Amino acid sequence: MLGYTIKRLLQMTLVLFVVSVIVFLMMSFTGDPVFMVIPIDSTEAEIEQARRLLGLDRSLFSQYWIFLTNLLQGDFGRSYVFRQPAMDLILERLPATIEMVLVAITLATLVAVPLGVYAGANPNRPASRGIMAGSLLGISLPGFWVGMMLIFFFSVRHQFLPSSGRGETIQFLGLRLSILTADGWSHIILPAVTLALATLAIILRITRAGMMEVMRQDYIRFARAKGASRRHILFGHGLKNALIPVVTIFGLQLGDLIAFATITETIFAWPGTGKLLIDSIYRGDRPVIVVYLMLTAFIFVAINFIVDIVYTLIDPRITVK
Amino acid sequence: MNETLLDIRGLKTHFHTFGGLVKAVDGVSFDVKRGEVVGLVGESGGGKSVIGFSILRLIDPPGRIEAGEIVFDGEDLIRKTEDELRAVRGGEIAMVFQDPMTSLNPVYTIGRQMDEMLKLHTDLDEPARRARCIRMLEDVGISEAESRLDAYPHQFSGGMRQRVVIAIALLAGSRLIIADEPTTALDVTVQSQILKLMRRQISERGAAMILVTHDLAVVSEMADRVVVLYCGKVVERGRTEDVIAHPAHPYTRGLLDSIPRITDRQHRLRQIPGTVPDIRKLGKGCSFRERCFRAQPLCAEQAPKLAPVRHSLDAACHFPLEESEA
Repeated sequence: MLGYTIKRLLQMTLVLFVVSVIVFLMMSFTGDPVFMVIPIDSTEAEIEQARRLLGLDRSLFSQYWIFLTNLLQGDFGRSYVFRQPAMDLILERLPATIEMVLVAITLATLVAVPLGVYAGANPNRPASRGIMAGSLLGISLPGFWVGMMLIFFFSVRHQFLPSSGRGETIQFLGLRLSILTADGWSHIILPAVTLALATLAIILRITRAGMMEVMRQDYIRFARAKGASRRHILFGHGLKNALIPVVTIFGLQLGDLIAFATITETIFAWPGTGKLLIDSIYRGDRPVIVVYLMLTAFIFVAINFIVDIVYTLIDPRITVK
Repeated sequence: MNETLLDIRGLKTHFHTFGGLVKAVDGVSFDVKRGEVVGLVGESGGGKSVIGFSILRLIDPPGRIEAGEIVFDGEDLIRKTEDELRAVRGGEIAMVFQDPMTSLNPVYTIGRQMDEMLKLHTDLDEPARRARCIRMLEDVGISEAESRLDAYPHQFSGGMRQRVVIAIALLAGSRLIIADEPTTALDVTVQSQILKLMRRQISERGAAMILVTHDLAVVSEMADRVVVLYCGKVVERGRTEDVIAHPAHPYTRGLLDSIPRITDRQHRLRQIPGTVPDIRKLGKGCSFRERCFRAQPLCAEQAPKLAPVRHSLDAACHFPLEESEA
């Protein structure tokens, strides 16, 4: 277990290094960031000065080297625009994204798994066919459209739920959270539903496929021959055996939602990291983009590590090496 | 007390497949007395296993029990609701499956899977259930039973797993055990151990058993009575020694002749010519006639009915073998 953890940490370091190189290279092709930070009427001398100030007069390799050595000392660089540490900018907004994503993925899982179990255990019932048709809709409807329809219906037509912002937040353990206030909940529900829809459909379909496979197994019949209840057969004997692919997809989706909730955050003006990323790309704010994508890579690697550990908890035949 | 524990009358279990109607069990009748071992014998596809699953009503679509009565201890299981059946399954009638490698749930410990049976069918508290599980594992010949409770199925060999499956089946004191080819998937050396074990455990507990198998040698060792099935119908039934010594049906004769004998190296092993016909396309007449050495024109015209031939023996044949011929 310890050896495994060390191996994964080394892997993670390598992944983060590669990501930083790729992002650094990519950003150097997208134009000179200095024009994003100076006033339009700046003189040539002012531009040169700004360039020197930001370190953009050095070679790309030398820029990267400075970035890397600073990084190893815990300095992730400063935003060109806000003149603040890039990491602070991101961490300040991360709670907003995380809480929205957690609400979304919890909602998706709570709905998707029971429906998937039902549809997988009774594939021929009309209700199961209905569930599967609905899930296709969930996969194919684009998030931005669903978001706008929800706003149209719940915010414009019925003025039932607010359409933008986080609402009232409360400081908890140093984090500003919306999910601790009723007003915050009323703000979070529409973006969370928008975000949940596609994930719900994917988890549902994976759960169903797994259950259909598992329900054919002898041990399910043996459990029935023991006199176990239908419910216990489905959720006790069946689901646990169907769970490995579900957990895999859950992990991937979780990472995906945290990293790329951009569209939903833009539609609902949710002040999370996705919105920060988009704004930073518009402004050519390279330090923020680099740190953001490295953080994203870190989150993915971390989630996958946890998923691997969860595998061993689900299935005793799986061990980590 | 009534002698008969299980009485199956006119059982029909059909499968409505895309390829046509499969009459896997087509009007089967036999009974099982208390404490008795009845062997269900026949080739693959003869409907033996389907009978076992029908008794517990574990037939899934496209299969359906179309007709018949399954009277267990005076009550017709066909009429019971799903909830009433749950008390019967595992509690009154338990099952041992063919393949021990797949009949245990891979994600739970042996102990938990045994405990489930006791939780469902007894009121024992946790320590009592645990003690009973340990004793049962010892009874089926598993050493260090206490520590094995925390093991997972994949840590056991096939023979050990089948012992566990048998232990689970016996655990709640069922009065009838349905064993569906319990040793077919095992090594020959382990087979006889397991059979002896089942025989002893079942007789010690006074339970009855239906032993489903294609192996007449196993039946002759284990069963008090035999029911021979062909294409979903009973072709012969009677006391084991009568059926083995002097079968009346040519099919049973054929099955017996195809058992290799270690003492007889002179003769080629005889076999039944042909294969089991497509069960969806059976015409009128006897299903066995095309493979039968005694077939007459009458056999193609009229299906023979099960009728007493001699002693305890019933056979469904127009021209049963005489005692002297068999």
